[in-house]
Amino acid sequence: MKWSEFFVTGEPLIYAADVAIVLTVIGIVFVLTYFKKWKWLWDEWLTTVDHKKIGVMYIISAVLMLFRGGVDALLMRAQLTAPNMKFLNSEHYNEIFTTHGTIMILFMAMPFIIGLMNIVVPLQIGARDVAYPYLNALSFWLFFVGAMLFNISFVIGGSPNAGWTSYFPLAGNEFSPGVGNNYYAVALQISGIGTLMTGINFLVTILKMRAPGMTLMRMPMFTWTILITCVLIIFAFPVLTVALALMTFDRLFDTQFFTMANGGMSMLWANLFWIWGHPEVYIVILPSFGIFSEVVSTFARKRLFGYKAMVYSIVGIAFLSFIVWVHHFFTMGAGAAVNSVFSITTMAIAVPTGVKIFNWLFTLRKGKIRFTTAMLWSLAFIPNFVIGGVTGVMLAMAAADYQYHNSYFLIAHFHYVLIAGTVFACFAGLHYWYPKMFGHILNERLGKWTFWLFMIGFNICFFPMYFLGLMGMTRRMYTYSEGLGWTPLNVVASVGAVLMGIGFIVLCYNIYYSARYGERDMTGDPWDGRTLEWATSSPVAHYNFAITPEVKDLDAYWEMKKSGKGFEIDEEKLKPIHMPSNSGRPFLISIAFFFAGFGLVFKWFWLAIIATIFIALGLILRSFDDDDGYYISVDEIKRTERLSGKGA
Amino acid sequence: MKQKIWKWASLLPLSLVLLLSGCSENMLVMRPKGPVAKTQYDLILWSIGFMLLIIVVVFVLFTVVLIRYREKPGMENYEPEEEGNTLLEIVWTAIPILIVTALAIPTVKATFALEKPTKEKVEPITIHVTAANWKWIFSYPDQNIETVNYVNIPVDVPVKFKLTSVGPMNSFWVPQLGGQKYAMDGMETELFLEADEPGSYMGRSANFSGEGFTHMEFEVVAQTQKEFNKWVKEAQSTAPKLSETKYETILKPGLVGRMTFSNTHLEWIDHSKQNSHHAGEADEQARLCNPLEGNGIVVE
Repeated sequence: MKWSEFFVTGEPLIYAADVAIVLTVIGIVFVLTYFKKWKWLWDEWLTTVDHKKIGVMYIISAVLMLFRGGVDALLMRAQLTAPNMKFLNSEHYNEIFTTHGTIMILFMAMPFIIGLMNIVVPLQIGARDVAYPYLNALSFWLFFVGAMLFNISFVIGGSPNAGWTSYFPLAGNEFSPGVGNNYYAVALQISGIGTLMTGINFLVTILKMRAPGMTLMRMPMFTWTILITCVLIIFAFPVLTVALALMTFDRLFDTQFFTMANGGMSMLWANLFWIWGHPEVYIVILPSFGIFSEVVSTFARKRLFGYKAMVYSIVGIAFLSFIVWVHHFFTMGAGAAVNSVFSITTMAIAVPTGVKIFNWLFTLRKGKIRFTTAMLWSLAFIPNFVIGGVTGVMLAMAAADYQYHNSYFLIAHFHYVLIAGTVFACFAGLHYWYPKMFGHILNERLGKWTFWLFMIGFNICFFPMYFLGLMGMTRRMYTYSEGLGWTPLNVVASVGAVLMGIGFIVLCYNIYYSARYGERDMTGDPWDGRTLEWATSSPVAHYNFAITPEVKDLDAYWEMKKSGKGFEIDEEKLKPIHMPSNSGRPFLISIAFFFAGFGLVFKWFWLAIIATIFIALGLILRSFDDDDGYYISVDEIKRTERLSGKGA
Repeated sequence: MKQKIWKWASLLPLSLVLLLSGCSENMLVMRPKGPVAKTQYDLILWSIGFMLLIIVVVFVLFTVVLIRYREKPGMENYEPEEEGNTLLEIVWTAIPILIVTALAIPTVKATFALEKPTKEKVEPITIHVTAANWKWIFSYPDQNIETVNYVNIPVDVPVKFKLTSVGPMNSFWVPQLGGQKYAMDGMETELFLEADEPGSYMGRSANFSGEGFTHMEFEVVAQTQKEFNKWVKEAQSTAPKLSETKYETILKPGLVGRMTFSNTHLEWIDHSKQNSHHAGEADEQARLCNPLEGNGIVVE
């Protein structure tokens, strides 16, 4: 292989990116060396098994990926603003929409949600860490190297270009001969393993590590949604694992699972992909419902209306999510009977979702609503998500779907549910739980600026797309001709995209501004919260709870406050706390995964084999590891608690 | 000052209406020109009615709740407590079920109806459609004509399109005549469409199939039976014969203009009956469309 094929060449944008990457790396290395922070980085972050730090790293990665995916989106909008634009050519555009979709779903939405659940779930259930802290670190680093592997594709070797759905036969060697789609197969596989382990980890954590008294029906709604999400992950991700493995065989070893020759079946890919893919969208939306439930009930100062119905409806949605996948290809000609069945199961999802919407509205009713930034995001979710939801029902009607399928109507729909659902929830959760992560509050004024810019921009960007779809504009077109009359709405959409971009910049500035000047949260309970995470100090002590709380009611901390006691720490009752030791091994194993993946992408099997040996070595060493963790002494707990103002 | 801004802002939705009325001319799906598209159009309107109803109910409730129950001074001692209300919850479970039922019944009816020819009395005309990188090939087995990137059909006659593909999956979509269906390699799918007005209708691939996908457009020309017959005669007598070698060059990845032939490729190959590629050819094909070796798009 020649160097000119190894590095992507020929595009000024790519050269600019090359320069930016090199400068950033040099910058980071310089800063770390100059301020002598290497040891700090290793001790505090790279080797940590603390769920809160892992959560923070997930969120930082997600915000970085939001930037990357957002730049992709803006490039696409720039290209589509006017007819016959020459800004991007077809090949470049194809790569950009592929990476935009893949990154936004798998490397932005997923880690953002997983980050929040890492930080919040153990706190909400009164636990000191997750069930398998070491595994948790490995999950994060596998996700992270998967994301990095996927991202370097645009400067080394070329990006995948067959769409985030990667349909065969297009994604096969015959029509996509470069290494781009190898990146897709391998990078998603690596991060997918991490996600699967997260699902197992949190399922066990929630089932086994709840504080005494917290029955399942006393769990906070966010924890409930995470529990169900874990079940979805455990059932759905193995399908992706298998599908990607078959894809990898097809691409690297010329097997014929999905090709057109020798009995290969491209429809098999579409089915496998969506059997994972549909539950996947619920994996990112159910936790969002959980976040909105927490925020709405906190700032309406009311218990969640119809808690039980909310629980049953998420279980119902989760179940239905596995029997609707065919609606992604009603147009494949499976026949009227099949389409009718999947049409009805899909529409049925509207029922539990509708129940939830009304329960949120009735949580607000008779409340004392405070319009904080987190609350604004949660409130905006309701009308916007309803627009996305009802158009989803329209898409579910098979006969009508033949007219919407793959058009901008579909694009508008899924952005309305994924942005108004998941992204709004991530921002709401970020503002809401920020004090728990960093000990200060994100500036409310800037937060509201972000909210209005982003929310209005979002509507300006995506609402016109419903109409573009009805005009016959299909997704993944890199340009269009003037006579079609699509120009005005495309211009409007691009304006909206720019507003969303500005909103994102304000958010980043807010993170910087609040770190410097933000209001410190001394109480640990800045919002007058209802669940156990607000019983801890901000930022949360390493061991979370000095004493394991006892739960007597749903909204456990609210009940403690109402009974007048709050969460008291009786110093007499303190015992040494057992904590897991840090380990660099998850990080190192993941680095080996990165090289194994890189070797597979380029078919450098020697590299893949050597790296795999290192992976195996890491696993073996772990098996002989007899580090049982360590104890935090009572004195140290007392000192920490007094410093945070929580101790007596 | 603040109120003035709101006054103007409230006009924003109006501007959208103005903008859309300007565009409605182009809203192809909402301007059906045949019975299939009309069935779908009716279904779409029926669903939009219910959806608007839901949106109005939720938005009104939402607005009322937010205004009425925002935190106001003097509420310091107000401690709202409420757990739920089974009756209400049953109501808002039942109503969506009713709405879904009201949508499901016509959906299922239409879905079954669309699988059948649009007319029972008139014999449908059969046209084979082959999607290839990145052009549309139409074969009329009964008339013995083949066209590329355009298709003539008679009005008021059901057309049975038999769809297949050479290579990546495409989707055959003529918005004004009706919804789409996939064209897949080694497979055959059927789509019935019909035009009830003479005219020219835009058709395109709706499923991404690689570099030239965006340009994968074709024109459907609906003609009166008389004009159609005339065109058939003309094509049969004046159009050149399609040879196997010529056909091979058409199939090569790239864009081509319109063409007409007085025979069809079905004489020697039907892509729906077999995988179009054999292992050896696949390598050849791979080299042809390797983006690393120069830009693939060839315009003939």
